Amino acid sequence: MGFIGIDIGSTCAKTIVIDENSAIVYKDVCPTGWSSVDTANDIRVRLADAGHVIGEDPCVATGYGRVSIPYADKTITEITCHCAGAIELFGYRDMVVVDIGGQDTKIIEVAGGMVRNFWMNDKCSAGTGRFLEVMANTLSVSPDQLTALAANGSDTSISSMCTVFAESEVISLIGRGESKENIAFAVVDSIVRKVSSQAGRVNMSAQPVVLTGGLCDSEYIRKALSKELGTEVETNPDARYAGAIGAATFAKKIKR
Amino acid sequence: MADNLQMWTDLGMDVDKHDALCQVLPTAFGDVYLSQENRPEGMGFYDFVVADIHGIRPSELIEAQKNGRKVFGTFCVYVPDEVVIAADGIVSGLCGGSQFWVEGGEKVLPKSTCPLIKASVGARLDRTCPFFRIADMYVGETTCDGKKKAYEILGEDVPMYIMDLPQMKREKDIVKWAEEIKDFAAKVEEFTGNKITVEKLNEAIHTINEKRKALARIYETRKSDVIPISGKDALLVMQIAFFDDPARCAEMANKLADECEQRVKDGVSVFPAGTKRIMLTGTPLAIPNWKLHHIIETSGAAVVCEEMCTGTRYFENLVEEDLGSLDEQYMALSKRYMKNNCACFTPNDARIDDIVRLAKEYNVDGVIDTNLKFCCLYDTERRNVERALNEAGIPVLGIETDYADSDAEQLRTRIEAFVEMLG
Repeated sequence: MGFIGIDIGSTCAKTIVIDENSAIVYKDVCPTGWSSVDTANDIRVRLADAGHVIGEDPCVATGYGRVSIPYADKTITEITCHCAGAIELFGYRDMVVVDIGGQDTKIIEVAGGMVRNFWMNDKCSAGTGRFLEVMANTLSVSPDQLTALAANGSDTSISSMCTVFAESEVISLIGRGESKENIAFAVVDSIVRKVSSQAGRVNMSAQPVVLTGGLCDSEYIRKALSKELGTEVETNPDARYAGAIGAATFAKKIKR
Repeated sequence: MADNLQMWTDLGMDVDKHDALCQVLPTAFGDVYLSQENRPEGMGFYDFVVADIHGIRPSELIEAQKNGRKVFGTFCVYVPDEVVIAADGIVSGLCGGSQFWVEGGEKVLPKSTCPLIKASVGARLDRTCPFFRIADMYVGETTCDGKKKAYEILGEDVPMYIMDLPQMKREKDIVKWAEEIKDFAAKVEEFTGNKITVEKLNEAIHTINEKRKALARIYETRKSDVIPISGKDALLVMQIAFFDDPARCAEMANKLADECEQRVKDGVSVFPAGTKRIMLTGTPLAIPNWKLHHIIETSGAAVVCEEMCTGTRYFENLVEEDLGSLDEQYMALSKRYMKNNCACFTPNDARIDDIVRLAKEYNVDGVIDTNLKFCCLYDTERRNVERALNEAGIPVLGIETDYADSDAEQLRTRIEAFVEMLG
């Protein structure tokens, strides 16, 4: 029997199935797309192909689109799920989780294996994956390429936190003949500074800090964030699935 | 409704525009209020009032005006109703709580003004609220910079009287507020043509005290483990209290309190056992702003107390009764009103103490501190509120929002996560 966790984010839908021993037996990521109904159906079909039948295996949905999964046994917010997922992935009971998502950024303080406090930037795209995506688009590169370029840049900054104004700034930098590397550096720097100011109320140095969300693969983001926060930030290749893993752990608690 | 239409036309309202509001309000009220189960029967009166909110009470006020009485519109819990009532005047609240009016306010105010002020100014200038048309005089107070400047704009359109509220609570500030009340009384006497006597003021003080006691009785029942009334319903009672006749308000609130007390005895709760108990603190929720209560109470929690102007600040503390001279009465009024703890005061430790005290009295699991966007006073005070609650071991969630529904889903995620965090 498997336990299904589905995290419908603003950009990507992540699905995880774990077994009785909490080992990951299935993982899947796909674009959320424009129709959450279609996405929910696609996920169900792919799960069935892999032998995980909705209705038999307990299923918990999370993420902003959690209510769009009609077949979920339960919905739980991404805050609680990211906490549970990070505990599974990193093994700490006390830590700070920094989740850079597609359209929001969350700082979650975890104490004794529970959410003690959380801060969200959910009204503005500053410091989110969306910000990175828009800027990458302006530079005609992919988000991954942008973070790779940033590693070789320096000494350029974007002062505006607003995505629309920051895009104008990037265009001005392009017009001025600034190198792509330097502009990419400025973009990442802007995100990292925004996240850091959001995390200003948490004592980072006293406990482990972990990065979850779609940018977890970028070594440069991890390094830049570590530098800005003044503490070594840990990540994990599966950290983009943190919400879905957390949801799956809650699915385990559902009694059939 | 035909009578209403004539009345609105006679009031010089923009009837077409007002229709747009009349069309959405019943749906909103139905979705938020009538969908609740097992409501106290005593809420019937309040449902009835809301169903014709721009009809019933406005027509009463117009009748009174025909008999020579004056209507004073107020924006704030610091303006002493007692003084107006002692001169046979009528007080009506004027706070706007709908996004519908905000756009009208933004025509003359900076966008970075709080929605309550924008809505109030918009309701007047767009001529889409009968209460704003009926009031013979507006009474403002210097609680915040946004309001002070907005009064200058309103003053071009309607007689406006401003009370200068001190911003500290030293003895001399209390003396000063008593003097302001005395000056206001002189203005009210002049405007109504009626003399304020010791007897009349004592009567008025008694009437308003009885109203406060009645509202306090309802709140008292919310301290129980059994939750006899939803937060949404209690909020509606408070919101309507600002507009109703004070004696009728007390009568209806007492009836509702009787029922709630009986429910507590009988163990009748409107929420399942174990529902998380939330206190809301912060800026006022003017009618029809039911946004946060609705999100909270459809996210697995119950609101059991509001530390707000539309809450405990409206009824806590009574005015000393049966004093023998006007000066003593003005001083007694000042003492009571200056016990209100608005974030416009500095320092404002008493508000922090109130919040921690109320959180314990109402046995809450968590506090949601909310401020209307661009209210920098409450926003800044949040730091002290959070610190005190943290020290007391009470979880707190800070929220900044306005009247628009655009952030409802984000708020729902935060509030659901907060409720999950409470265990």
